[in-house]
Amino acid sequence: MTWAVWAPLLAPLLAVPAARRLADILAPRTAALLLAATAALLALLSTGSLALLTAAGLLRMPVIAALGHLSAPLMRRRNPIDMPVGALAALALVAVAVVALRAARRHHTDLLRAASAVDRHGSAGDLTVLPDPGADAYALPGRPGRVVVTAGMLRKLDASEREVLLAHERAHLRGRHHLLIVCADLASCLHPALRGLQAPLSFHLERWADESAATVVGDRRLTARAVGRAALAASAAPAGRRPAAALAVAAGPVPRRVAALLEAPRPRTPWSRLIALRPAAAIAAVLAACVLASGVSTLVAAHDLHANIESAQGPHEHDHGHDHDLVPIPG
Amino acid sequence: MTDIARRPAGELEAAVLAALWAAHTPLTPPQVQQSLGGTLARTTVATILARLYDKGTVVRSRAGRAYAYTPAVEDEAALAARRMHSELEKGDDRSGVLARFVSRLSPDDEQVLRLLLSQPQPTPKGASPDTSHESGSPSRQGAPEPRRQQ
Repeated sequence: MTWAVWAPLLAPLLAVPAARRLADILAPRTAALLLAATAALLALLSTGSLALLTAAGLLRMPVIAALGHLSAPLMRRRNPIDMPVGALAALALVAVAVVALRAARRHHTDLLRAASAVDRHGSAGDLTVLPDPGADAYALPGRPGRVVVTAGMLRKLDASEREVLLAHERAHLRGRHHLLIVCADLASCLHPALRGLQAPLSFHLERWADESAATVVGDRRLTARAVGRAALAASAAPAGRRPAAALAVAAGPVPRRVAALLEAPRPRTPWSRLIALRPAAAIAAVLAACVLASGVSTLVAAHDLHANIESAQGPHEHDHGHDHDLVPIPG
Repeated sequence: MTDIARRPAGELEAAVLAALWAAHTPLTPPQVQQSLGGTLARTTVATILARLYDKGTVVRSRAGRAYAYTPAVEDEAALAARRMHSELEKGDDRSGVLARFVSRLSPDDEQVLRLLLSQPQPTPKGASPDTSHESGSPSRQGAPEPRRQQ
């Protein structure tokens, strides 16, 4: 219980940089799935740890121990988690739960709001055009999902570039990429260190959609040009409702996306891929070790706590059972 | 662009609407057809336009013997009021569920991007050097095809 319960809380500190490094080597789709899965898994494990710490702390309180028919002194002797630590864990647990719930609700209202704003405008097929002179485009998830583009953006692109844009947004919708984004966001509410996975995740999702669009239109260079020109158009004439804060990413993902599209596609022979992936193996090992250690630690901690409770319950249970046993014998 | 003609009906409608919005003037069916790269049959374009007209997505006006189509927009005043409203109700605590096509560019990004876009076409394995007259010319579709066929 002592050390095991802390591991899942510390693991993200090592796992996050490892996952980011690994994602940079992998293909966009694999990278995005890896980042989202890492975020989800580590968040669940660290929340599990908080829950265990809370439970261990609470069980040391005489009132709670009495409720559970536990022997308080035994509990205290076997259970190394102090009450203050338990109280802190409880506070943290409540705090992350509140933050995560609020984030989930915000996502929900955001989508509803965006959908209602878009509903009022003309659409054809899966495309809705906002009569905004600024340049913007996004995928609006839902049933059915919609591609939302401003008039300003459409006017800045030629026919083939518009086709790229539509194919890109359709890839987001088809791949249900927003679920991965929400997943990573909720994970980072549960453990702040996981926040570091959000930016790489959205970058790799964009790359994934870029590659899908390039496949649809059959031209990587055209795709690169469309992304680049759309970005220049958007920065020259930002759309009215574009959120200011959310997207001010300093690292500038768009030039990296364009450069990746302009590069030749990755080699496809198994051997060259193996060579290209060799450095990834080491990083993958670190990441896997982190996740595995978290998982095992959580299990160990849970088992310890369980054993602890059992042993603290022991005498009571035994006495009780003994009494009970004695009754039928004379009878 | 790969042949648009084999797309599902919804995607064709989307392409037609996008073309109408991109144009600054009303377009006749032949003009729409042309702006889509000319791969769609003219009757298909006409059918799609008629469907969009029936739905009220586009409006049309007589242009000689044909109709010219333009996207339907509500009157400007209502639009402005609405935009104001939605801007007010929208705080800046955005969660970013909406996957945007492009994110904000920093001044440095912008420079790098212009540089990337102005790079001459890499010549794949001695293929025809389709160089210089660059970004923006819509006539270069399919130029990098040789590389994809390797």
